[in-house]
Amino acid sequence: MIIAIASGKGGTGKTTLAVNLAQTYKEPLQLLDCDVEEPNLHLFLPAGAIEEEVITVPIPVVDETLCDGCRACSAFCEYNAIIVPKQVALVFPELCHSCGGCMLVCPQRAIKERDQRIGVIRRSRTGNIQLIQGLIDVGVSAVPPLIHAVKKGVNPALPILIDAPPGTSCPVVTSVRGADYVILVTEPTPFGLHDLTLAVDMVRSLGLSFGVVVNRMGIGDDRVQEFCRREKIELLLEIPDDRRIAEAYSRGQMACEAVPELRSRLAALRERLETLAAHAAGRRP
Amino acid sequence: MIRELVVISGKGGTGKTSLTASLAFLAGHALVADCDVDAADLHLLLPPRIREKQPFYSSREAIIRPADCISCGLCLAYCRFDAVRMKGSASGPALFSIDPAACEGCGLCVHYCPTGAIDFPERLCGEWMISDTRIGPMVHARLGVAAENSGKLVSLVRRQARELAEKEGYNLIITDGPPGIGCPVIASLTGANQVLVVTEPTVSGEHDLGRVLGLARHFDLPAAVCVNKWDLNPEMTECIESKARLSGAQIVGRIRYDPGVTQAMMQAKSVVETDTPAAEDIRAVWEQLK
Repeated sequence: MIIAIASGKGGTGKTTLAVNLAQTYKEPLQLLDCDVEEPNLHLFLPAGAIEEEVITVPIPVVDETLCDGCRACSAFCEYNAIIVPKQVALVFPELCHSCGGCMLVCPQRAIKERDQRIGVIRRSRTGNIQLIQGLIDVGVSAVPPLIHAVKKGVNPALPILIDAPPGTSCPVVTSVRGADYVILVTEPTPFGLHDLTLAVDMVRSLGLSFGVVVNRMGIGDDRVQEFCRREKIELLLEIPDDRRIAEAYSRGQMACEAVPELRSRLAALRERLETLAAHAAGRRP
Repeated sequence: MIRELVVISGKGGTGKTSLTASLAFLAGHALVADCDVDAADLHLLLPPRIREKQPFYSSREAIIRPADCISCGLCLAYCRFDAVRMKGSASGPALFSIDPAACEGCGLCVHYCPTGAIDFPERLCGEWMISDTRIGPMVHARLGVAAENSGKLVSLVRRQARELAEKEGYNLIITDGPPGIGCPVIASLTGANQVLVVTEPTVSGEHDLGRVLGLARHFDLPAAVCVNKWDLNPEMTECIESKARLSGAQIVGRIRYDPGVTQAMMQAKSVVETDTPAAEDIRAVWEQLK
């Protein structure tokens, strides 16, 4: 069972929900940090040994002794990642999407691929929680391939909880694709509502089942709840605005340690999620 | 020369947009650009009167015409993006289709399809706008649902903002950047003059600030740092500021935790248009930056 936690707006409490929800599991659980630009789950999960794997993408290299400057590669490339300024082709790795096309269309077979590092995956264990975290190298813009790599390393037999990046574009789509259920975390403010509507459009376009968690209840108004009612979206949980939660988070501590009454509500959420995810998985073609 | 100040954060939800709107208000004569194109919120504080709206076409999308498909499966074999879907059919050959959310528009399947059964139209990835707001012009955009190319749209918004600033005589552009450190953030930073990083005194804020300052150094950009909601954890604020100084950033102030910031948002105002205490802190930040 795969449950993804996403949000349009950043800083609404995805990571808080992910680590605290993970605590309700007694059995082995895989927790995936797909916010590879700014992963934070590890800050809340003191771990022992960390196993690290370097992730690469294939980037073309041109054998200048074979290239005759025919421009088949540059004519093919949709990303302008390979051009032929003079006699031989020149590659711009930061624009390349690693589709392999230039290599295949080259009549001289002058193009091969080399592995270029984009980041790492770190695997660690805290009790029953196995954390799989992606960490993109600073300055690298090719984020989706690293998210793919994080998701590839899972054991489908065990429950999986995914912490997605904020926003609604390709890194988020890559993170939530294939999930049985998506939790959209928001806050009861105009920004929270606006970005929630974008996130709802995104998960609907992907055909995924989803529900909403409203965090920091009390700071704004009830337009998020009204929106959910109108759109017939299940409101899974409301977390009150509580300075104790914010302060615990600031120190890297669990919200349910600072506010123990959260524990039973998270356990109830987990039960509800299992029903919803099983239902959604059963409906899938 | 036109100066461009880009507000970013690494971690999301630290207060970039609230601060950007306030700084633009304090600057008086500035143009604003909203580069958080996949969750743009600045227009909620600066209601726009749209002057001009343009579609954003970027990249292409492979679409199989079922009538011409001979189910050879070459597209599936070539695609590296796991975008080709194959459905078994009881009565005949398998049915192939392309998942638009996974297709990166490389064109490999189009190139190798033996019957030419794959169309490759340009993809509408969003729209961008030039608007007037109560504090001046704004260039903003909206990325399409689950669309690609947020980085290209960011570059387009910034290019339009520069052209408009030149044409209308603005010498300051204040840009609201996206969270993270990936493609759209890189597109927001290249060629800017100064970056302001808004962070918060949490373990996540500290962690993410380290990476975002690394990115600013990577592009050789002078970075200023401001801690929002600093009094939530004063020790962490001290720690973040000293680390930021060590990495060469300038500390331009602290903003207190103030529910009035959300209240200003509820009224579609920037914080400095209200008399809530955090407004004073933001004015002090602007004095350091200007």
